[in-house]
Amino acid sequence: MMRHVLVAIVVVLFGLIFARMVGGYVELEALRPLAEQYVTRAPVELGTPNIITGILITYRGFDTLGEVAVLFMVAASVGLLLKKDDAKASSSKASSSKASGATANVSGPKTSAAKPVLAKTEAARAAAARTAAAKANASARAATASAVAVKSAKVAEAAEDDEAPRREPSEIVRTGTEVLLPLIFTFGAYVIVNGHLSAGGGFQGGAIVASGVMLMLLARPGSTLNVALLSIIESFAGVFYVGLGILGLILAGGFLDPRFLPKGEFGAFISAGAIPLISALLGIKVGAELSVIIDRFRS
Amino acid sequence: MLEFLLLLVCASILVSGVLAVCLKDVLPAMVASGLASLFAAVSFLLLAAPDVAMAEAAIGSGLATFIFLYAIRKTGNGKG
Repeated sequence: MMRHVLVAIVVVLFGLIFARMVGGYVELEALRPLAEQYVTRAPVELGTPNIITGILITYRGFDTLGEVAVLFMVAASVGLLLKKDDAKASSSKASSSKASGATANVSGPKTSAAKPVLAKTEAARAAAARTAAAKANASARAATASAVAVKSAKVAEAAEDDEAPRREPSEIVRTGTEVLLPLIFTFGAYVIVNGHLSAGGGFQGGAIVASGVMLMLLARPGSTLNVALLSIIESFAGVFYVGLGILGLILAGGFLDPRFLPKGEFGAFISAGAIPLISALLGIKVGAELSVIIDRFRS
Repeated sequence: MLEFLLLLVCASILVSGVLAVCLKDVLPAMVASGLASLFAAVSFLLLAAPDVAMAEAAIGSGLATFIFLYAIRKTGNGKG
């Protein structure tokens, strides 16, 4: 009861806060001062028609580096945890078979304990005792049966796991994948390298490439991903990203300043200093990392 | 027109979110949560933030949903 009252009070408090936020909402007529600075300065200083990528890679370059580091840590910890899980699964299978054996042993003494009772009792009590023993037997049988059922379920699961890579997906899925996959990868590459001109950038393009990889893994369950190669590519992309940042520190205004390369013509494909380079490295890194995470979850 | 569309999309986000929480079966709940993400991506697009919409559509409704799928398959369809 007390808990319910507390929960109700918390909900009402949150409701009040949100009601004030909704009630006090006014649509902004003009940009906030910081946003205005960004919007006016980014095209002039960086030469990026897409202001968002300019902000993300230059003014908020440290944040992007942090995000990539977080993603790297996620990929590393997923790999660590799921690898351990595999080792545990094999050991837990062995222990579970042992446990089912133990329950069988436990049910054995139970029935033997019921039998002496039956032997000791008189004829009048024998019927009742017999029914009790039958009950005990039945329960023991049920226990072993459930153990067997669990075992067989496990066996079935294992068989399913073995069969899963062999089972081919439907014709529609395979053909659709063959048609769509090149388009998805091309679109991902387009989004990555055009990050400074149109909506998108390294992160979005990398995610698109990774979703293409996911589609490939879904359509061909037997295929394997070269995780070692992807890890090497990803590590080198990260190293080059930080290297470009340090180049900016030496040749231009500061860490991750892309202006050490010429700005070029506004809106041209090769323009905006090192932003396309950084964007491409980001895309490679994010795509490889997400692909590795998906592969870890699949296996 | 835009506001009406936006309200519709927001209502869809709410409905699929509630469905994701309330559905007893794990697989439909997973699909519902992916759907909520997809509607969120549409709302970002309507609010003129295509960059965020792209990331949300690819990661939120694509990758996360299928990572859930693999996790569900690994844990015995959520019954284990």
